[in-house]
Amino acid sequence: MTPSLHVVAAGLLTTVQDRGRVGYQHLGVPVSGALDPVSLHAANLLVGNPPDTGALEVACMGPTLAVEADDIRIAVVGARAAIEVLPDAAATAGRGVAGMQSIRLRRGEALRIGALTDANVLYIAVEGGFDIAPVLGSVATDIRCGLGGWQGRALAVGDRLPLRLARAGERNEVCFQGLLARPRRRIRVILGPQDDCFPDSETAAFLDSEYTVGPSVDRMGMRLKGRAIKHSHGFDIASDGIAPGSIQVPGNGLPIVLLADRQTTGGYPKIATVISADLPALARLTVGSKLGFEAVSVDAAEAARRAHLAELAAMNDKIIPLQLARTNLAPRLQECNLVSGFVDAVDE
Amino acid sequence: MRCFGVMAVTDYRLLPAGDTALIVEFGSQVDRRLSGLVVALAARLTEAKIAGVVECVPTFRSLSVYFDPLLLPYAALAARIGDLADGLRAAETEARSWRLPLCYDVSIAPDLDHIAAHSGLTPAQVVERHSAVDYYVYMLGFLPGQPYLGDVAPELTLPRRQSPRMKIPAGSVAIAMNLTCIFPNETPCGWHLIGRCPARLWDIGGAEPKSLLRPGDKVRFTPVSLREYDDLGARIASGELTIVPAMDDAA
Repeated sequence: MTPSLHVVAAGLLTTVQDRGRVGYQHLGVPVSGALDPVSLHAANLLVGNPPDTGALEVACMGPTLAVEADDIRIAVVGARAAIEVLPDAAATAGRGVAGMQSIRLRRGEALRIGALTDANVLYIAVEGGFDIAPVLGSVATDIRCGLGGWQGRALAVGDRLPLRLARAGERNEVCFQGLLARPRRRIRVILGPQDDCFPDSETAAFLDSEYTVGPSVDRMGMRLKGRAIKHSHGFDIASDGIAPGSIQVPGNGLPIVLLADRQTTGGYPKIATVISADLPALARLTVGSKLGFEAVSVDAAEAARRAHLAELAAMNDKIIPLQLARTNLAPRLQECNLVSGFVDAVDE
Repeated sequence: MRCFGVMAVTDYRLLPAGDTALIVEFGSQVDRRLSGLVVALAARLTEAKIAGVVECVPTFRSLSVYFDPLLLPYAALAARIGDLADGLRAAETEARSWRLPLCYDVSIAPDLDHIAAHSGLTPAQVVERHSAVDYYVYMLGFLPGQPYLGDVAPELTLPRRQSPRMKIPAGSVAIAMNLTCIFPNETPCGWHLIGRCPARLWDIGGAEPKSLLRPGDKVRFTPVSLREYDDLGARIASGELTIVPAMDDAA
């Protein structure tokens, strides 16, 4: 029998995601991919995968997944949520386990993830990854286009996701040492490309105002509440490309930050664009969170990207055997239980 | 935040869209000359295979260039684009002509009567005007393989619907502003539905995805009956019929 994860409960929106589908936007194919690539990276490292391997992205409410393989190794990283290992798929209770560490599960056991609290997504990485053919170079799920991932859609009850490995590698479990998550609430942007559609006073107001994440956040975009921004001459522009983190201002003046599943092109003026180093932080801003924007130069954004990638590269050095953490670093592990992902320390 | 460049044929602006995208903007309007420049620059940029350029996306009046600034800093990319844009002419790419079947039967064209009322024409006249134009493919976008075609006859231009439909069927052809569009997939839509086209616009069956149309192509619609539409749809679905560019669109 093919080793697989059997979906006992689907959760609210569980999709396979990797770093996305680049190279086809000129045909109208959105990039998609992980909303929080840093947590995806961390989850993959814990199970020994290349950091961009496709994993399950869980939003809002997690799934219950039964192990149909000899045994598997998984790691859960991202939003805080109750994580339980059930003795079997029908069990109503099991043992609680921590995120930010690798866990071995045996045949018949099930992983149950509860409601997400302090971030919008978490990732479940499995050692070896899923045996899913990439579509246009990626296993990212694009639900709107019905492309990629598991049958181009979110997981549903009864699905069996094939695994590449029938059993986990023989090694000790690991966790992260000293990763601290602090949500970034000042998001750095580069003004433009259409900042000239707004009077300077409105751009200044945009940068000075505090915004609140509105109730409608999805993989496509994050609608903000707060100071409405007025356009100089209306809001209808001829469509142009939409970069990741584009902040478009529609007719009502309330900014929308466009995320992984953004359409390739669009027709509202974009006052600013979130820099690449700060995009993962957006996935950790839940409904009701406050945030503000800070304009930086292209050079500063490039420096921030360099620093961000260096931090990702250094993440591997923070992995330690779980046993060591248990004996010597119990308080540290406690801390690991509480973190929701990794953000760069340069903050506020 | 911006710098200006001058070419033999026109001006353009370079606008940063974050640190991983740069917009080469030729103008602000939906305009065939601008579109021709965008398509030509996209071809040159693709041809140049510059390390650090991830992909480029042509739109009505600008080219979005996605790049990795750690491999190719913004300033270096801007300089390369300046070189490539030097002496750019709009007519560098070969335009193909297409004849696509379009069924305007009122049973699958729910807004035909509304368009007729709005324009003061009869539904038959609307069909006649819509199918009498060689449309130009400005860009693909929104959904895979979805072409934006223009320009629609002035008497048929009208704003988007007040409230978008939650769902329209795959193959729907619609108009809004001076544009007409074929929607390859089921999707929400705020445009006015004028008929349905059975052509397969998008195919990822092979190693490389294929979009039937590409920016710069010309498209003319041939009205077909509901029965012909069904027949064509079945033959296209079974693989018996493949739509190829017309050799001559002068008919």
